[in-house]
Amino acid sequence: MNEVSHITAANPTSGPARKSRAALLWLILPMAALGLAIVWLVATNPLQRFGNGAPPVEALTFERTILSDDGIRVLVRAGGSEPMTIAQVQVDDAYWQFTQAPPGPISRGATAWIHLPFPWVLGEAHAINIVTNTGATFEHEIAVAVPTPAHNAKSLLSQALLGVAVGLVPVAIGMMFYPALSGVGRDGMDFLLALTVGLLAFLLVDAAAEAFELAGESAAIFQGQAMVWLAAAASFLLLMAVGRRQGAPSGLALATFIALGIGLHNLGEGLAIGAAFAAGAAGLGAFLVLGFMAHNITEGIGISAPLLKKRPALWVFAALALLAGGPAVVGLWIGSLAYAPQWSALALAVGAGAILQVMVEVAAYLMRSDGRGSAALLAPATIAGLTTGVAFMYGTAMLVKI
Amino acid sequence: MTRWGPFEITRRGLLWGSVTAAGGSVICASGSSVAQSSHLADHSAHSAASPQTGHGSAHGAMITVGEVDEMRNGFETAKLLTEWDTGTVSRLPDGRVLRTFEVEGYDKEIEIAPGIMFPAWTYNGRVPGPSLRATEGDRLRIVFRNSGSHPHSMHFHGIHAARVDGVPGAGLTDPGGEFVYEFDARPFGCHLYHCHALPLKRHIQKGMYGLFVVDPDPARHPELADIARSRLLGTPENAEWQEFAMVMNGFDTNFDSENEVYAVNTVAHAYMKRPIRIVRDRPVRIYLANVVEFDPINSFHLHANFFDYFDQGTTLTPTLKTVDLITQCQAQRGILEFSFKDHEPGLYMFHPHQSEFTELGWSGMFDVVEAIA
Repeated sequence: MNEVSHITAANPTSGPARKSRAALLWLILPMAALGLAIVWLVATNPLQRFGNGAPPVEALTFERTILSDDGIRVLVRAGGSEPMTIAQVQVDDAYWQFTQAPPGPISRGATAWIHLPFPWVLGEAHAINIVTNTGATFEHEIAVAVPTPAHNAKSLLSQALLGVAVGLVPVAIGMMFYPALSGVGRDGMDFLLALTVGLLAFLLVDAAAEAFELAGESAAIFQGQAMVWLAAAASFLLLMAVGRRQGAPSGLALATFIALGIGLHNLGEGLAIGAAFAAGAAGLGAFLVLGFMAHNITEGIGISAPLLKKRPALWVFAALALLAGGPAVVGLWIGSLAYAPQWSALALAVGAGAILQVMVEVAAYLMRSDGRGSAALLAPATIAGLTTGVAFMYGTAMLVKI
Repeated sequence: MTRWGPFEITRRGLLWGSVTAAGGSVICASGSSVAQSSHLADHSAHSAASPQTGHGSAHGAMITVGEVDEMRNGFETAKLLTEWDTGTVSRLPDGRVLRTFEVEGYDKEIEIAPGIMFPAWTYNGRVPGPSLRATEGDRLRIVFRNSGSHPHSMHFHGIHAARVDGVPGAGLTDPGGEFVYEFDARPFGCHLYHCHALPLKRHIQKGMYGLFVVDPDPARHPELADIARSRLLGTPENAEWQEFAMVMNGFDTNFDSENEVYAVNTVAHAYMKRPIRIVRDRPVRIYLANVVEFDPINSFHLHANFFDYFDQGTTLTPTLKTVDLITQCQAQRGILEFSFKDHEPGLYMFHPHQSEFTELGWSGMFDVVEAIA
């Protein structure tokens, strides 16, 4: 009896245990097969037959350029199939002494600093040409040579001020239109929401184009194009999921998402400006700053639009302005301290995804706000708003293009 | 940013540089000994006293970094200056000299600047190929074996029959083949030979060229016999001269039809890092040819001095007197004669006066030293 009860008691537990063991086996078996395949590949090296004696494909990207009193420093990242060896460096078609840190071959995906004690000329162009041991050359142009600003508390502060000027201030100014806008009727509301979608459409195109451009400059190992698509799609889906947790966002929630999307775009923009600072390539004049400001005022209006029926507290506006404009400051810092094209591309791609999400949500809000559905999208005020938004952004963007 | 550690590298670079400089100056000295000098011991002593850094500083930071592995290359730039291939000499039934040269063409990767490897096509494993030297009137027999991966030939600048012209159909040999070029050595002068297989640019740019010097026969030029004798290798009059073979060339390493490296005798900055020793009291003669591909014109400029120039070397009197710069189109060549007799010892630069070529490797120094008692 004792024995029987023991058996009956054991049976229910041994069943699932066998099942989990079987599951484990089905997990181990394919892994073992993979292991065997790898061993076979390494042992027999079937790829050897494809070798034709050609030198390995090489790739080298320039990620940072620093000009100072003691010459030029460039940060290069190696790509290609095998470690690369930098043999010589030319500056303006002349072989020049250089030191490399760390020395020796640069392995795939790794970076090295090249220091050239070259007497560069202020305001003029210089060309760096790196020659590898196989004779392949990789050229990098310094369009306008100016000293790279040294980083200290003062420079970081002045960058922060610039970030505030191009990011935060215009958004806040845009929000100051809120009282003037609050009395608008249905057409006015359509116009303002469509204006938001229009300006976001411009930012989407702008951010995506810039992300792809930067992705093209980054090392092949980052697979820039795919990275931009994936990051944009992921951020779009993620924000959609977050935003729709409690149904379609409206009011403050929608305004927050707009601010977040614009903030991510401003982060990317800040990275670009900071990088331009670091590269010493930006003649960031007053005109450029004014252009950015005019450009970004619309963003403030866009953020305010979904709030017109609410009447939020003042601190809400402050928080939204900070969310939308503040990332410009952070972007400027990161861009000037640790710029690399792939990170800027990533930031802009995330921003583009976020902007797309906001466009969808604002359009949805526009459709359901007074129950007209898709008819609202084709209302004259909507079309006018869209056109105005895009046109205004396009026009003010002209001010910042150099 | 402070952890770039250039100091460590620099120190190691200097150490390496000085070691190779010491080695190089021994090579240089032995090269001079081939150039009719018997003061080897003194030269070594001198070179030990003039370290690498002294020469480099004359050129600032604008110079290639590191040293070329000449052992691996299989030829030394110092020896290229003074090594003449005079072939094997025998007599024909009519008493004339028959001079036989053996040349083999094959593929070889060479280091043209420190760390930059170039997949060259060579004559006898070197670029430029052997400096062939004969005497006016010799019967020449050049046995060319093609051990390379492509059809090659030897096209001589000189006077010869069409069937030994070295062009396709007249002396072009497939890999594994052999061809014997036979003709008389004339006219006397400073000539060159090169591969004339097609595509021509690629075969020349890959390194298939060399000097072909025909010394004048003094007996045929009684009115200028002394001058002719001074050019004729092996005579006491010739031994007085310090003669150098220089072939101006360039290398396109990335196949964009522009040269990444310019040089005289192949290796960028070779004579900058290891100056050519010259004994002050003895005259200097340079056999100079331009084979640079992709750029139509090359030149030679001598610092602090002037020279006489014999265009193509086919005259015994200068075609240009007292100049410090000559230009040569591709395949143009000539003889330069000058002396540092009235100069103080020191380093005297020579380079083309196309700054770009100079800065991409084609520049060198003469290290003028006192005559030794």
